[in-house]
Amino acid sequence: MQLVSVENLSVSYGANTVLRAVDLEIELGEIVTVVGPNGSGKTSLLKAIIGARQPAKGSVKLKPRLKIGYVPQRLNFDSTLPITVERFMRLTGNVDRKLCIPALETAGVPHLLKCQMSELSGGQFQRVLLAGALIKRPEILLLDEATQGLDQPGSAAFYRQIEAVRRDTGCAVLMISHDLHVVMSAADRVICLNGHVCCAGTPAAVASAPEYRELFGAGTGGALALYRHDHDHVHDHNHNHNLNTPEAAE
Amino acid sequence: MLDDFMARAALAGIGVAVAAAPLGCFVVWRRMAYFGEATAHAAILGVAMALALDISIFAGALFVALIMAWIATQLSGRGYAMDTVLGVLAHSSLAVGLVVVSFLSGIRIDLMAYLFGDILAVSRFDIAIIWGGALLVIALIAWRWAPLLITTLNEELAYASGLNPNREKLILTLSLGVTVAVAIKVVGALLIVAMLVIPAAASRNLARTPETMVMIAGIIGAISALVGLKAAYIFDTPAGPSIVCVASVFFVTLSVIAAFKKKLV
Repeated sequence: MQLVSVENLSVSYGANTVLRAVDLEIELGEIVTVVGPNGSGKTSLLKAIIGARQPAKGSVKLKPRLKIGYVPQRLNFDSTLPITVERFMRLTGNVDRKLCIPALETAGVPHLLKCQMSELSGGQFQRVLLAGALIKRPEILLLDEATQGLDQPGSAAFYRQIEAVRRDTGCAVLMISHDLHVVMSAADRVICLNGHVCCAGTPAAVASAPEYRELFGAGTGGALALYRHDHDHVHDHNHNHNLNTPEAAE
Repeated sequence: MLDDFMARAALAGIGVAVAAAPLGCFVVWRRMAYFGEATAHAAILGVAMALALDISIFAGALFVALIMAWIATQLSGRGYAMDTVLGVLAHSSLAVGLVVVSFLSGIRIDLMAYLFGDILAVSRFDIAIIWGGALLVIALIAWRWAPLLITTLNEELAYASGLNPNREKLILTLSLGVTVAVAIKVVGALLIVAMLVIPAAASRNLARTPETMVMIAGIIGAISALVGLKAAYIFDTPAGPSIVCVASVFFVTLSVIAAFKKKLV
């Protein structure tokens, strides 16, 4: 089933075109990762999909009444806005209190329900944002550099959680990230963006594409191999997908 | 009871505190203090125009405050940083307002009344306008409460939830215009932002939810108005600044207590 269909999309800020002629389709159950250097239009693509940016050219079509779970990079509020995890989660979906705990459990942090958002650590915060997106039982999860501020073990654990969510709920996932290696290992499909689609395909195909190597340098090839190993290892041993296991912290 | 000027002043002060509480919290959460400042200063220009055209002060102040808020929104993100844009707008409109007032020969205007407020001179009609404005602001913000909170947390999150953040921000801009217009007679253009920011900031030390923060801010604002008025009466000090002084005492006291509590934990 086609959830998102982007055709010949161009996005401009004034005279400055940041995204040209992008085609993208996302189906139920697949994990699509968008990688690209700073200013490559990753965020603009995501903004166009959620309707925060009007396309200069082309079109963005969503499945009618598509349920989107959006995991932002961060929240703008500082400590001046007092809000508990529970209140935050129920805010966007206007959902029942009972749904909070299962969503937090899926995100791996059920004990945080009554905490103030301002008192969470970086990793806990991202998980709560994920839980807030999951509570609406989305058909597609959109992640905008959701692991920014997390260290590599932290973001690796976070992406394993995303894979688990996809496996358990069958939703599609579209994520953009700087964390090339970690993200690549978790994706079904990778789109390498630099103002336009440089190359796309399976992680292995993209990693060996000359366009990708030109963009990120040959050094990332080694890192990718390393993380692929790490990824396999996790699949062999870590079945509960709990972040607090020693494996996640290695 | 409304024959007594102190009773009228108290009612006016509480009305402003009530309008300022929900809006003030958003001003603090969204870091809009300077935006409020620009809107409030611009209101002086509105007062000058209203006097020149012989129309209602409220209408003039509201009109210019809304125009100013709209211009500030349009100019933001076009080269200059927001605080620079607002700094230019706030002070030029204040200066233009003061110059325009000086041209108004014939009527002797006590400008101080509009810069610092003249709460002891509010009429029954003023009270009706103040409470009408306050209830309008509360109704607007209550109606859009959750969307406003989501927009404040993250605009993309608002889009993804099917909201239009620009429409929500318009609600805040409108509320700000109304609050400035009704508060100008009570605390004056220069101290309106104080009534928005100080009770809300003080309230943050006690609140655990956004809703309680608004309620406590309203209570702090109302008590500040009553105590400030009483103090102004006893010590023969200007009423508007006295009210703001009491609110500041609340802020300092609550912040110090909160800091001590944190140290103990």
